[in-house]
Amino acid sequence: MYKWIHQFGSPKYFYDISLCLSKWVTIVCIVCFISGLYGGLVLAPADYQQGDSFRIIYVHVPAAWMSLFIYIVLAASGAISLIWHIKISDIIARVSAPIGASYTFLALSTGAIWGKPMWGTYWVWDARLTSELILLFLYLGYMALQSAFDDKRIAARAGAVLALIGIINIPIIHYSVEWWSTLHQGPTITKLDKPSIHFTMLIPLILMVIAFKTFYITTVLIKTRSEILKYECNSSWVKKILGN
Amino acid sequence: MTSRKKRILIVSFILIGISIAATLILTAFEENLMYFYSPTEIANGEAPKVRAFRIGGLVLTNSVKRNPNDLKVTFVLTDTVNEIKVIYDGILPDLFREGQGIVANGKMKPDNVFVADEVLAKHDENYMPPEVAKALEDAGALNPYQENKVAK
Repeated sequence: MYKWIHQFGSPKYFYDISLCLSKWVTIVCIVCFISGLYGGLVLAPADYQQGDSFRIIYVHVPAAWMSLFIYIVLAASGAISLIWHIKISDIIARVSAPIGASYTFLALSTGAIWGKPMWGTYWVWDARLTSELILLFLYLGYMALQSAFDDKRIAARAGAVLALIGIINIPIIHYSVEWWSTLHQGPTITKLDKPSIHFTMLIPLILMVIAFKTFYITTVLIKTRSEILKYECNSSWVKKILGN
Repeated sequence: MTSRKKRILIVSFILIGISIAATLILTAFEENLMYFYSPTEIANGEAPKVRAFRIGGLVLTNSVKRNPNDLKVTFVLTDTVNEIKVIYDGILPDLFREGQGIVANGKMKPDNVFVADEVLAKHDENYMPPEVAKALEDAGALNPYQENKVAK
């Protein structure tokens, strides 16, 4: 495990692997996005109560899941960089934060658009919505912290501590609908018994979840590669690539 | 102890520390994090008497009475054990219907009538096409709300 982390953490190794990975991930992303969007907006039947308004689920739910997932990545790479001092994990955390913030904003805004006709209000201060808003502020705080230091290593260390402290918000967001009475509904898919969504509506949702996740992976790989090139611009292997 | 082990310890201490802190804070604020009170909690006197609060429950079937001349509407909210009469003057959300879960914000009047100044619909976690919903209804099991009505 330890050896594997260090091997993966070597910039050149990561660069080579990510080059060959990102091509396939991009293809999966495009295929899933187009088919998921078509399935969700055209093929899936309207909901028995909400009619066509329910279709916002195909953006809202994947975005909300990714907002939590990316924060876990942020905290995990923070822990790795604090303990093992691996540069790649600093870079992954730094480039992940704006994507995570965008997904969080997307989840909040699509939720508000859906909330007006369905609930009767854009926003309520219930536990789920409030904790998700705190998540957005955590992302923004992390990004501000990154740009506040000239020394990237100090910025990464400060960010890692912030990310680790903020991780406590993730279980709170996830369980908020079960622990407290909220206006937001309970989980549809991530509960232990079978999902409360008809399979004709579930399949496009799963495709969209894969599309959102692979979009994140592709973006992180591309941005990480460019950061590696910038950082390692004096090493021989980068000069060889750029020479070609 | 190597410095790496020390760093692992520090990271674990951060995580354990904030978990304990968060648990304590959330336990202390438990009541304030509740978005609404149920009719049973109100019957037990747990809801505030003077200030405004939110009440959540199911709209009892055949309890919605609309005033033909204005927007005034009265209905009964139930959690299948206790019931509360609610008066509201305003526009109801699309999902408002009998058997639907809703949340109302307002004050309790001395005659045990809840005067709402905002009514929000609480959506459940079930998604299905209308045909499936109809088939389930015919079979006698649609969703929790319907089951509650049967239980009543």
